[in-house]
Amino acid sequence: MIASEGIRLDDPRPLSVATRVLKGLHLDGVLLAGLIAVSVIGLFVLYSAGGQDPQLLTRQIIRIGVAFLAMILVAQVPPKLLRLWAPWMYLLGLGLLVLVLVGGDIGKGARRWLDLGVIRFQPSEIMKLAVPLMTAWYLHERPLPPRLRELAVLAALILAPTVLIARQPDLGTSLLIASSGVFVVLLAGLQLRYLISLAVIGVAGAPLLWHFMHDYQRQRVLTFLNPETDPLGSGYHIIQSKIAIGSGGVFGKGWLNGTQAQLEFLPERSTDFIFAVLGEEFGLLGLISLLIAYLWVIARALVMAVEAQDTFSRLLAGSLALTFFVYVFVNTGMVTGLLPVVGVPLPLVSYGGTSMVTLMVGFGMLMSVHSHKKLLAT
Amino acid sequence: MATSRLKDHWREQRLFASRALIAAFTIIALTGIVVVRLVDLQVINHEHFSQLSHGNRVRLEPLPPTRGLVYDREGRVLARNRPAYQLELVPEQVPDLENTLLELVYLGLVDSEELEEIRRKINAQRRFDAVTLRYDLDAEEAARFSVRRQTLPGVDIRARLARDYPEGDVAVHALGYVGSISEDDLKRLDGPNYMGTSQAGKLGIERSYEDLLHGTTGHRQLLVNAQGRMLEELQRTDASPGSDIYLTLDLDVQRAAEAALGDYRGAIVAIDPRNGHVIALASTPTYDPNLFSRGISRAAYKDLQTDLDKPLFNRALRGSYPPGSTIKPLMGLAGLHYNATQPWRSTFCRGWFSLPGSSHRFRDWKKVGHGPVSLISATAQSCDIYFYELAVELGIDRMHEFLLGFGLGSPTDVDIPGEKSGLLPSREWKRQAFNRRQDQVWFPGETVIAGIGQGYMLTTPMQLAQSMAILANRGHGFRPTLLAAIADRETGEPRAVPPVPLEPVEVAAPEFWDITLQSMVEVVHGRRGTARAIGKDAPYIIAGKTGTAQVFTVAQDAEYDEEEVEERLRHHALFVAIAPAEDPRIALAVIVENGGSGSGTAAPVARTVMDAWLEKKTE
Repeated sequence: MIASEGIRLDDPRPLSVATRVLKGLHLDGVLLAGLIAVSVIGLFVLYSAGGQDPQLLTRQIIRIGVAFLAMILVAQVPPKLLRLWAPWMYLLGLGLLVLVLVGGDIGKGARRWLDLGVIRFQPSEIMKLAVPLMTAWYLHERPLPPRLRELAVLAALILAPTVLIARQPDLGTSLLIASSGVFVVLLAGLQLRYLISLAVIGVAGAPLLWHFMHDYQRQRVLTFLNPETDPLGSGYHIIQSKIAIGSGGVFGKGWLNGTQAQLEFLPERSTDFIFAVLGEEFGLLGLISLLIAYLWVIARALVMAVEAQDTFSRLLAGSLALTFFVYVFVNTGMVTGLLPVVGVPLPLVSYGGTSMVTLMVGFGMLMSVHSHKKLLAT
Repeated sequence: MATSRLKDHWREQRLFASRALIAAFTIIALTGIVVVRLVDLQVINHEHFSQLSHGNRVRLEPLPPTRGLVYDREGRVLARNRPAYQLELVPEQVPDLENTLLELVYLGLVDSEELEEIRRKINAQRRFDAVTLRYDLDAEEAARFSVRRQTLPGVDIRARLARDYPEGDVAVHALGYVGSISEDDLKRLDGPNYMGTSQAGKLGIERSYEDLLHGTTGHRQLLVNAQGRMLEELQRTDASPGSDIYLTLDLDVQRAAEAALGDYRGAIVAIDPRNGHVIALASTPTYDPNLFSRGISRAAYKDLQTDLDKPLFNRALRGSYPPGSTIKPLMGLAGLHYNATQPWRSTFCRGWFSLPGSSHRFRDWKKVGHGPVSLISATAQSCDIYFYELAVELGIDRMHEFLLGFGLGSPTDVDIPGEKSGLLPSREWKRQAFNRRQDQVWFPGETVIAGIGQGYMLTTPMQLAQSMAILANRGHGFRPTLLAAIADRETGEPRAVPPVPLEPVEVAAPEFWDITLQSMVEVVHGRRGTARAIGKDAPYIIAGKTGTAQVFTVAQDAEYDEEEVEERLRHHALFVAIAPAEDPRIALAVIVENGGSGSGTAAPVARTVMDAWLEKKTE
């Protein structure tokens, strides 16, 4: 593969203008096409879900624009710099998380926001990128697969931010961040025996943990696992979203014609539950089209990871690709009632700002990793 | 390999590629599960969900009930409902929440200090549920909003019935008020029944009879069109309104009581001893309950809270004062009951009293003393020395035991919330109340001053009035209540609530009741009675007792000079009374904070209240 890359660069055939622009901007055309496809589908659904509000749509378009711009900017940064910055970014993120716990703003009953006067943001967003960067940085110089002692360090690196975010409390995000770190370790070639022992510890530890929990904590876990016991809270969301999706059938009720979404029975239809709006109005075909667009993005990202030249780039790219899939899976699983309700937006489609920028910065890193390759492997 | 762990890039890349391949398969498998689920929902169960979605065009809307009215005992309205406009916001329909809120502030419809609270409320609720921003817009504000309505999507005005208190601040400490339902309130209220209700009773009658007053919420099923507008009402269960209730309060007496207290801080509780009905319950200063039912602003609430005179403080139920000399009639009765004194026994009062073996002098309020006094003349002149001796004879534990029967030292269980229990000291109490060993010992001197209602002893005006009601009815007390009758649901006829008798207090001989009452009559009508000023022209016989509670302690030999003492350090003036003495129809307690003396300040107030009640009742 490395050899073929060399040949391609030496290819005497003239490159098209578009290709040259993309190359000059360190962008990957295939990945970009997938991202644009998802975003366009998203805008169509959002227009319907948001009650055909042109202002809402404009704001989302501006957000997407900002996010793509951020991606292009990050793509210009050589991976070597990303690697150098990784520990500092991680430490900064960790420090901000501690600050949030001490004096953050409270929104929806949890301390997640940090007000810096000019902007208000969630430091957990930094961690979404800092954790894969840091774990990949740590493994970069070390021979793989990692040994037990290294695994212990990695566990600490992943657990510190996970615990801090879980205490905000934001269980959903903390699990996503933990998984982005775990993906790095798995892709680094974690041996099967560790994997199995980890699973055994997990299964054995659960009842023990349960034993030491307070009653209210147990109650919380139970509601988390079975939201339908709470028909006015999250159970209501699931019931309504299943009705919306199921009534859409194979071909859907047609754009702007979904009764559940338009009559406002479906809550959070512009944000976390927008997948149900797509399902109602465009049916199974619409949903599968969106899933294919997502798979396109993920597949290309994985290929880019495999083609990357050094350990850091590979692990980072691979983790970003898999984390992106986790977003898609957790959201669609939640909306279809397969998974418990956790506030995870559908990437690039749900209405909302911060997480989209984080996501696209991640794709910028992927593109940087892929386009800043040297001719020869070291 | 274990010795030379060098990076093998080619091997690592292959390892990565194989892991990526596993990941790819996992991704395909998981996506497969989602697709299978989608097929399950959209193809296999499509019919089922299609029907459900059809059913979803029917919306359930709560119909809040009308709150019951509150009348006084003669059917005069104390709390009613009037139409009001409230400003609501549905977060989900608002495109830009911050801008919308700022615009509302700019329009003067929302106070900028309320913004934080509003944001908190919005975050706490489901995004498609309406949040009330203002409970009561006046006509001008409603018009101002209507002009700008088009630019404020998601914000709207809704008509509702608002609680209104036509008498303003009269009887506010008995009546209480309604206010917007808080998270704490939701814990004690029946959630489903409060769908569509935005306010609930917070204090007083409004709170304790919330269940009666609120009623049952109805609901209607609506068929809605694609815009969510109502097409047709499919089914309707009407709300059943709350019951109207009649209080035992008499508006005339209540007004007279509050007027008599005037600008003083103080409290009056008047009870009909024949059934425990509370005729008047006043605490001054007062405040306007309409402020709360209309949605009080933060600034106005803060003003009320920080006011030095504490208007929000219900002195009648929560004010704990030393009873002072008003305890003497009951002390005398205790002395007779336990045979610690006899009606004819006489003591010489020389102005001070010392415990055997101690040089400490417990002084009488009258420096030169009262000379020879019997139980009746000691009560009439409020001689302290007689009761110091009696207290030593009785001992603190018997005093405690006896006074407990008259409702002191524990809540009277009156039917409005927040009552304090006062304090009736005893050896046992002191053991429990203090941590340090040396503080837990009961000293004889503490018994002495308890004999004149000083020291640890604390009572609320409610308790004092109740003790007088029990005394007036010769031991047969009733649970004090403010609820006289509930209107029948069908006919609207008031149905009287029967009085709840308490365990009667027994004394060793029935004539002890008469002696005690006679001693109190001497206070008002006797030649040397401390309250003879109010007895001169009274058309009925009053049994009363003056009292003075020290706010700060006067040193052993210093003189208390009213003129010199700052207003807020002056003694509290107390007066308890029963009238007419031969057939009691009213028992009351008056406390005037920093009023100086019981005879000078509190007794005339009591006389005004008794007049208001008894002159109206002489039919």
